[in-house]
Parts: sequence; C-alpha cells; structure tokens
Amino acid sequence: MTHAAPTAQPDHDGMRAMFRTMTLIRRFEERASDEYMAGRIGGFLHLAIGEEAAIVGTVSALRPDDPLTSTYREHGQALARGSDPRAIMAELLGRATGICGGRGGSMHLMDRDRSFYGGYGIVGGAVPLALGLAWATRYRGGDQVSVTMFGEGAANQGVVSECFNMAGLWDLPIVFLILNNQYGMGTPVERAAAVEDFYPRAAAYDIESWKVDGMDVLAVRGAVAEAARLAREERRPACVELLAYRYRGHSMSDPDTVRATEEKERWKARDPLVTFERVLLGEGIMDADAIAAMQAEIDDVVADAAAFAEESPEVPVDQLARDVYARPWNDDPRGSALMRP
Amino acid sequence: MSDAPAQVTYRDALNQALREEMQRDDAVFLMGEDIGGFDGAFKVTRGLLDEFGEQRVVDTPITEAGFTGLGIGAAMTGLRPVIEIMTVNFALVAMDQIVSNASKIHYMFGGQATVPMVIRMPGGAGHQLSAQHSHSLEAMFTHVPGLKVVVPATPEDAKGLLKTAIRDDDPVIFLESEGLYGKKGPVGGEDDLVPFGQAVVRRPGRDCTVIAHSRMVWVALAAAEELAAQGIDVEVIDPRTFRPLDLDTLAASVRRTSRAVVVDEGWPECGIAAGVAAHLYDACFDWLDAPIVRVNSADVPMPYARNLEQAAIPQAADVVAAVHATLGREAGA
Repeated sequence: MTHAAPTAQPDHDGMRAMFRTMTLIRRFEERASDEYMAGRIGGFLHLAIGEEAAIVGTVSALRPDDPLTSTYREHGQALARGSDPRAIMAELLGRATGICGGRGGSMHLMDRDRSFYGGYGIVGGAVPLALGLAWATRYRGGDQVSVTMFGEGAANQGVVSECFNMAGLWDLPIVFLILNNQYGMGTPVERAAAVEDFYPRAAAYDIESWKVDGMDVLAVRGAVAEAARLAREERRPACVELLAYRYRGHSMSDPDTVRATEEKERWKARDPLVTFERVLLGEGIMDADAIAAMQAEIDDVVADAAAFAEESPEVPVDQLARDVYARPWNDDPRGSALMRP
Repeated sequence: MSDAPAQVTYRDALNQALREEMQRDDAVFLMGEDIGGFDGAFKVTRGLLDEFGEQRVVDTPITEAGFTGLGIGAAMTGLRPVIEIMTVNFALVAMDQIVSNASKIHYMFGGQATVPMVIRMPGGAGHQLSAQHSHSLEAMFTHVPGLKVVVPATPEDAKGLLKTAIRDDDPVIFLESEGLYGKKGPVGGEDDLVPFGQAVVRRPGRDCTVIAHSRMVWVALAAAEELAAQGIDVEVIDPRTFRPLDLDTLAASVRRTSRAVVVDEGWPECGIAAGVAAHLYDACFDWLDAPIVRVNSADVPMPYARNLEQAAIPQAADVVAAVHATLGREAGA
C-alpha cells in the first residue's frame, strides 16, 4: 500500500478534519480528567490540553504508515492516528476492551495497525526505538519516515544525543520533534538547560533543524511536512522544535502551583483551539452552526467512549501472565518456574 | 581418528551460528562496536562484513544505550537484530533499554509487538581486568520477566543456543564467557538447534548434584575429577538457560543425590545460585540430607592483583570444599 504524503498546506476539508481532531483530543482529555477524579482511572494521567496544535499539526503532516512514537503524554497521538476512542478510554480505565488489553494504561497506548508504535514512560527512552524504526524502513527499502515526539526535558537525556549522532551519521529517515512545553514536570527550561533553544542540539549533528510556534496548528503542519519531505525524499534526518504550553500540571497529581497565573493566562490567550477556530470562521471554512454541530458530535463520541469503558469487563485475572513472552513456555499459561506470576 | 568430529573453538562456533542464520534469513543483521572492520573485540564476527556487507554488519559509535534501543525498535518491525555489546560491563549503560523497553514491549502493549532480538555479550573474570571489566550479571538479567537468559558452556551449545536465540521471538540475553572463546569441542550442523529450557547432565553421579553454568561448568568438572579420586561421585548439571529454567531436571537429580552445590561466578547476594537454591528448597526440601551450599565470587568489587582475583573467583578447590560440606566432611578430609 502506498500513500501520498500530505501537503504542507491542508485544503479546507483537511482543515476541518484537523479542527475536529483537536476538539476530540481536548474533550476526550477533559472527560479523562473527570474519570480520574471519579477514581475510575488509576496511576498517572498526563494531559496534553494546550498541546493539541502540536499533536494534530504533526500527525496531519504524516502518511498513515509513517511509524510514530511518543512519550507517556500520548492520548492525542493515538486519537489523531484514528484509534478508537472507546478502546483508548477503556485502556485508561484498565478494562479488557482497552487498546492494550488493560496492560499499559494511559502511558502505554499502542495501535500497531495504525503504525502508532507506542507511548513510553522513561523520559527520552523511546527515541532510540524510533531510530530503529527508521533503520528498519531503510533496511527494507521502504519510504516511510519515523517520527518521534518527545519533550524538551527528554532532550537533556544522553540517549537522545546518541540518537542525533547516529541519525546524522547514517542519514536515517527520521524526524525528531521536540515538543518544548517549557517545563520538565515543575522545573522551567531556564533552570534545566544551558541553552534554552533545543533544536541547535540536533544541528550540531548535521541534522537540519528549526523552531516553530507549536500553538499554531498550520505552522506545525507546514514545518513537519517539510521535515518529513527531507527525510522521505532526500533521505536526511530533520528536527523541529515546537514551542508550546500545557494548560494542566505535569499529571493529575500535580496541583500546578509553580507556574505563575499571569504566565498561564498569557498562554491561554493563545489557546490553539480558539485561534484555529477564529481562522476557520474568518476564512469562511466553517460557520458557527457547523462548529456547534461538530462539537455536539464530538461530545457524543466522548460520552459513548466513556460509557463503553465504564461498562466494559475487567481483565480476567487468569490472564495476568499472558504475553510476558511471545509464546507460553511449554504451553503452560503460568510459564516456566521462572516465569510464574 | 578420521571420524572424530571436528574440533571448533567456542568463538568459531558462534561465528558459524551467525553466518548460517544470516544466510538463512535476510532479516538477521548484526550491530555493535568494532564488529565489522575490526572483526569484533573477541573476533567472533570475523569475516562476516566481507560476506554480508555494511548493511548487515554494522559498526556503531560507542553508544550502547542508543544502538541497543535501535535494535529494539528494528525488532518491533520483525527484523532480527543481533546486537553485540562488547562486554557485559557496558550493558549497564544500556540497562534502561533492556529492562524498560525490550522486556516489556510485548506485555505492556497487550501483545501487539514482539521484540525478536539477541543481545550478545561476554562477561566473567579471571583476566586481571579489575573492578569495572569483570562482571557476571546473569542475576540482573534473570531477575527481569520478559527476557530470556542463555549461558552456553561449550562450543556445541554456543552454536546451537545462538541459532535458537536468533530464531526466537523474544529478547534473548546471550551471555558468553571471555574465558571460553578458545575452548574447543565438536559442534552441530546447520539444523542442530539446542532448545531453551533444557538442562544437560555434564557428568552423571550419585553422591551430590553440582549445578554450574558457563565457565563454571569446567571448574565443576575439574572438581568432580578431584572428588572422584577421593571416591566421591558427583553429578554435574548445566542449566544452559536461566530463563526458562529447567527446574525439573535439576530437581530430579537433587532428589536422587539428596545433596546440592550451586556454583556461580556472580556475587552471592540475591544471585543466580541463591535463586536456584531457593527453587530447589521449594521442590526438594523433603529429599535433602544437607543444606544446599552456594559457591560464588567473593562479595567484593573484583580486585586487580592476580592472587587477589584468583582468591575472589570460584576455584575447583572451592567446589570440592562445598561438596565435602554437604557430605559432612571436614575440608581437605
């Protein structure tokens, strides 16, 4: 199967679809927040509210068969790739119908059928996997581009520099997307990085790299489309830094008391959904009625996903040891002596 | 003598396995430091660059976490990388990739992706390489569900187990011994695979079961000769893989001999010997006539001085003393 690579500038249908996906991510995560507060979601829940332009601008610029990897803040990437909201919400609730059968939870979504290779919980740890996906593409003579999204915090991990080096050395078809939301948990960039721009780090390894406004979905789309074109057509790695802001704390357990109210308000004035809606209205691509109808449709999708998840069965405990290995040892589901639960 | 099987070194046995599996399956590629132009730090990959080219025999920068992770990502797509980490000591730099990614991807994503890769690396002490280059880390890897852990002691097993590892769909930690690369013995042919989870009796005996792996098999066999001269007949069993562990074969032997010694070049605390002994207590408590004795390296960072190093690592005399202890004999009796 071959796909045409998306253009840097979307057409009107494309823009409407992008706005719908951004709205879906926002409403889905607001509902996930409610589910967490109601005690139905456990563990960590990292919301990307405020980062929808970075996510949707990126995914809309890729072919559906371009392998995508992400951090633990990845509900939006899965939704943008077209994963079933029901299966994602069920995963968040730890149910048998979840997209990973309740094994991964919020931080570890994967949808292999959509070339979404997963969300990973160790900061920076997924970047070498993305390099391997790029390696595999070249090994097989494919024209896919491996795209990996990670934060500016991850950019301080040594393994990310190792990957910049190998990508530059071997000219691997990979796009590094540094989603700079300006905080590593509660620590601001200026207290964590010697140089506050991150894209020059990739440039140091002979990787074409630049920075764009991560709150502007069309700017992100254009930058990622160009980066993917470099990787796909010129077989050169690329790196784009997306400057953005998350409106919630690092996770649901973070009361977000560190960041100044004025700073948050300043960034909320640039809410990517609000600004993109203004563009759509201003250019006559959608009218107020169409937007209201779309939002109502999204509300139904999200309510249906939550109801589906809440009504879904728990994971049977007798499946605890399933999938530790590709095949059960000696056909014993408990595995061998050293594989038992 | 003409029909005696060819004697092949452990090093060349591994080389044969790599060559045969690369010929058999285009998805197999090798990656590591100095494995191509330099033929590998221990010359295991000698000649493979010439035969298979730079696409399949890849020299990397010194970047263990990075290229181990690259291998994991490539394996998720169905390629079969064989990653060489020059020695097990450098695997510590890649531990996040091995433990947080390789071992967990199949499980935490609900079985959507497998990680069919092999990470080869030699370890062990005895060459005066001092504290940072003498590790035996079997226990660390065996601790982790999702990994398979393989510890060949002979050329035949080195070849047959590596072939099995490359065809296996799970991440396999393949621990070679620096002290065995020159060891010679017969090897199997192209289709002779050694299965995982099947221990082998290296020497049958009645009086005590000695469990040893990798280079320690040879230490245990030397001890068995000494003990035989004293009229003590020990059975030496090599588990060959720790994940999966063939507990049935180990336990059957211990039930027969009623005594067990576990030899392990790693450290004693929470070590491989401790883990195996715990399994044997669970499985054989009522059959035991004496406490199980563990023989480990000393609980110290490995010293450089030759006499200190030799004092720190298990010797045949230590195994002899341990067997004596299970038999209620004084050391040297």
